[in-house]
Amino acid sequence: MSFAPGTRVTVRNDWPEAKGVKVHIRTPHFVRGKTGRIETLIGEFGDPEFLAIGRKDAPKRALYMVVFDRADLFPGTNAHNETMTADLYENWLEAAP
Amino acid sequence: MSGDHHDHLHTHDDHAPVGATEPRPEYARLERAVRELLIAKGVLTAEDIRKQIELMDSRTPAMGAKIVARAWVDPAFKARLMANAKAAADEMGVDTSNSATVVALENTPERHHVVVCTLCSCYPKAILGVPPAWYKSSAYRARTVKEPRKVLAEFGTSLPEGTEIRVVDSTADMRYLVVPMRPAGTEGWSEDRLAALVGRDSMIGTALADTPKN
Repeated sequence: MSFAPGTRVTVRNDWPEAKGVKVHIRTPHFVRGKTGRIETLIGEFGDPEFLAIGRKDAPKRALYMVVFDRADLFPGTNAHNETMTADLYENWLEAAP
Repeated sequence: MSGDHHDHLHTHDDHAPVGATEPRPEYARLERAVRELLIAKGVLTAEDIRKQIELMDSRTPAMGAKIVARAWVDPAFKARLMANAKAAADEMGVDTSNSATVVALENTPERHHVVVCTLCSCYPKAILGVPPAWYKSSAYRARTVKEPRKVLAEFGTSLPEGTEIRVVDSTADMRYLVVPMRPAGTEGWSEDRLAALVGRDSMIGTALADTPKN
């Protein structure tokens, strides 16, 4: 699976922290379940969810810079002409409908 | 959650804001325990740690300013900086071998970048040195994503409505270096003179480069 620049993607609305196991998640809360678009494929990096707990078998995952309109992230705030990017691993992204 | 905090204290409130600026005592103890274990087990020496701290403290935003000034005067260097900031920094004698990937973001009249690390305090330390305390504060990290124009205004930075503000969250393996716009009235200036206009905050994106004083 790979996403071309401009593809609309939705961040998985998943909360592993809430499942009672120790995890290290680098997907900010405020982008989960939100839709943005691929700015660029940054490269492939070891999955921090494995690396953070010392696992040597961390899979390499594609890392994308994803752009969001800030108004979509924080409805009701005055976010005219404001965007926000987050660098997100492929396993957190799904093609938006 | 109740607004009344007088009835009882939550010592372990999972919803409490994270990221107080002062290190918590338990983390200081953890750091000391891990450090002493690494030394006892021969993984590192106290000298290694001291040298690393000394190296970190020797890095200052002046290195970033030299890189920005070179990019302002040398379009070929700027192209290399935008394509691969670590390699361009190495060209300028900045050792980035232990650094994560560095990406340069060019500010233009159309788009102004401001960098934040909402999850912790990721920062291009190899080029700018140790981040300022406010960069690590929960207030900066939370507010920059929620009200960036207001935060910029508090830094004394007002941008035209027509300029897109792009908040860049360093959530993963990239460290971002903002290349501010070259101020007007600096035509023909030397790199050294230009570098003096490039403050640390302009390379985080909370400020612009200084304007020349006549």
